[in-house]
Amino acid sequence: MKYWRKPLDLGTIEVTRGIVRVIEGRCKGCEICVNFCSRGVLRMSDKFNRKGYHFPETIPGRECVNCRFCEAICPEFAIYSVETNGLA
Amino acid sequence: MNGDDACCEGALAAGCRFFAGYPITPATEVAERMSHRLPEVDGIFIQMEDEIASMAAILGGSWGGAKSMTSTSGPGFSLMMENIGLGICTETPCVVCNVQRAGPSTGLPTLVGQADMMQARWGSHGHYEIIALSPSSPQEMFDFTIEAFNLSEQYRLPVMIMADEVVGHMNERVVIPPADQIVTVERTAPTSDPAQYLPYQPDASGIAPMANFGDGYHMHVTGLTHDAKGYPTMTAEAQAWMVDRLIGKIRDNADKIISYDTMFLDDAEIVVAAYGISARSAKGAVLAGRQAGLKVGLVKLNTVWPFPEEFFSHLSTKVKALLMPEINMGQMVLELERLAQGRCQVVRITHPGGAIINPSTILAAIQDVFEETK
Amino acid sequence: MSARQNRDPEPLHPHDELLRTDRIPHIWCSGCGIGIVFGALMSAIKKSDIPLDDIAVVSGIGCTGRMAGYIALDSFHTTHGRAIPFATGLKLARPQGNVIVASGDGDLLAIGGNHFIHAARRNIDLTVVCVNNFNYGMTGGQLAPSTPFGAKTTTTPQGSPDEPFNFCSLAAACGAVYVARWTALHIRRVTTAIGEAMNKKGFSFVEILAPCPTAFGRRNKMRRALDLLNFYYDRSVVKHGVHPDEASLDFNQRLVVGKFVDRERPTYLDSYHMVHQREIGDWPTIEHYSTMLAKEKTEA
Repeated sequence: MKYWRKPLDLGTIEVTRGIVRVIEGRCKGCEICVNFCSRGVLRMSDKFNRKGYHFPETIPGRECVNCRFCEAICPEFAIYSVETNGLA
Repeated sequence: MNGDDACCEGALAAGCRFFAGYPITPATEVAERMSHRLPEVDGIFIQMEDEIASMAAILGGSWGGAKSMTSTSGPGFSLMMENIGLGICTETPCVVCNVQRAGPSTGLPTLVGQADMMQARWGSHGHYEIIALSPSSPQEMFDFTIEAFNLSEQYRLPVMIMADEVVGHMNERVVIPPADQIVTVERTAPTSDPAQYLPYQPDASGIAPMANFGDGYHMHVTGLTHDAKGYPTMTAEAQAWMVDRLIGKIRDNADKIISYDTMFLDDAEIVVAAYGISARSAKGAVLAGRQAGLKVGLVKLNTVWPFPEEFFSHLSTKVKALLMPEINMGQMVLELERLAQGRCQVVRITHPGGAIINPSTILAAIQDVFEETK
Repeated sequence: MSARQNRDPEPLHPHDELLRTDRIPHIWCSGCGIGIVFGALMSAIKKSDIPLDDIAVVSGIGCTGRMAGYIALDSFHTTHGRAIPFATGLKLARPQGNVIVASGDGDLLAIGGNHFIHAARRNIDLTVVCVNNFNYGMTGGQLAPSTPFGAKTTTTPQGSPDEPFNFCSLAAACGAVYVARWTALHIRRVTTAIGEAMNKKGFSFVEILAPCPTAFGRRNKMRRALDLLNFYYDRSVVKHGVHPDEASLDFNQRLVVGKFVDRERPTYLDSYHMVHQREIGDWPTIEHYSTMLAKEKTEA
């Protein structure tokens, strides 16, 4: 991560980590989560769900910080994240 | 006391603890008495902003666990129709007292009418059955209000008291029995595990047990067509299941619900059928007719809906004529005409409203029919 | 709970404990803001200390009205505009209950406007959550009492000639004790506001500006939910405590959001019990009821 100045306590801060889970069948493809993910973790999948919508998936290599904004903003209750304590 | 006051006392005796209403002549006295009597029994009285709100509020009050009622007249009754339908559809026990005045529209606010009888039956959209009682004295205002609450709790629907201005404002002695002699009915509470609870699945009685808000059953209640779970179900099959049940619970129990009194039916050749204040005029006319040697009988309807179909169908085979005096231009008499199917004469004694039908008018009609059928 | 019977076999979402999962997916369109607000409502319920058995959700008719049908609590889907009077009866008959009204702008303030102002005046202890999507979505996008001047709907194809209500100003003028407005993208603020409103004694009102891409956005050059979410959010200016009259919605410039009102006033039941349980003297030579109640509080 880039900082405009290095925080003094950077060495002691533990950044939370999370895993995004998508309930694919519930998604209606509005893309809100993809657009508002603070870490750019999400993109729309090429695949379709059973209702014919594209759903979000995580981009390999991008790290979720478990801010749970996607979980809060999703109008379909189709996405959430769980904390992994950096173990992921 | 007057009929409106007796209605209030009957409600309290039946266990009513929530009243939401809006002032309207000639039903205002019910609300006025409620406003000082309910707080005395830890109940809630609220004057709402209109009759639409009043009807909605008593449905809410009922789901909150309180026996609830409202009272109104003509224009207010019209405004209540939509939420009466909600009460029917969601099977919400409550009581609506309509102290009828003459219409249409503002009509004669201070003068009597009986012209809302078909509105009570058909006023809300869709097809359903209702229960309506028609008191003809302050004593019956008291007794029938208790009965209305009992029927509403037992069959889970809004029950109407179709009173009229004269009965509402008439002062007569009312006997209020000791509390332990008054029979009250309470809604059946569910006994099932909340996880298994189906709010609209009838039990052996044909009626679904009802959970109140806060009982922990987490039920969904909707005016949309719904299944046994209470979930909106937009299919013709679900509609058939729900409507059949709403209608069936009344039709199948009609014998238990229907109440009427009779006089001189054994040898009667002509029978006067009447309800509400007109039943008292009719009684006077029948007694006078008997004194004059005429074989005339009386049927006084206590419940007006459901209508005693089998009874009148059978009666029409035994008598020469059925007469019905009512303060409208012919409403309940349509039921008589339908049931008689031409087997006997059906005579309308109508009045547009503003005054009661004089017993002498009914007696004259009785005499005319005897002359014609000689 | 009946919602537990036909459990969706898919992984549990944190909201699933409050959802009737056997009714999901819901009927709302892709990107509809009602789902966002509904999620915030469930979060607020979970964060509150109120026992779930004591919470009821009441709604009227319309897209937002369907909220009651998806929450696995005591829930009542009533007639158009009548959620507030129904909720009034429910609350008065069971005062220990916490009653939430979830309603759209048309349901709440057109057909139900009279009930809204009187419930606020009486200070009935309700939490009213209004999803304002600026049109009637359920029927396909008609003029609502919130539709901005000039906006296109199916019944104002040339643009609305109507002046819309400022709901927050109306609620405050009628006596609401808690009034807040946020956009759907202020999701954490929305959750906090609903939670505060639930814990507030009295008539609380939370308005959320929410996207209706299908019916409203499509006719006003904002087809995607994202367009509307960003449009409302980007123009929003947070002004806590500003007089609601000044909290205007000027879509050209700025949409004022924030917590505008948070005050104390006796609820209907407080006043009801006061007048029936003690001598208050003869009007007009009596103290105002709020003064009387305040005195009682300090004495106790």
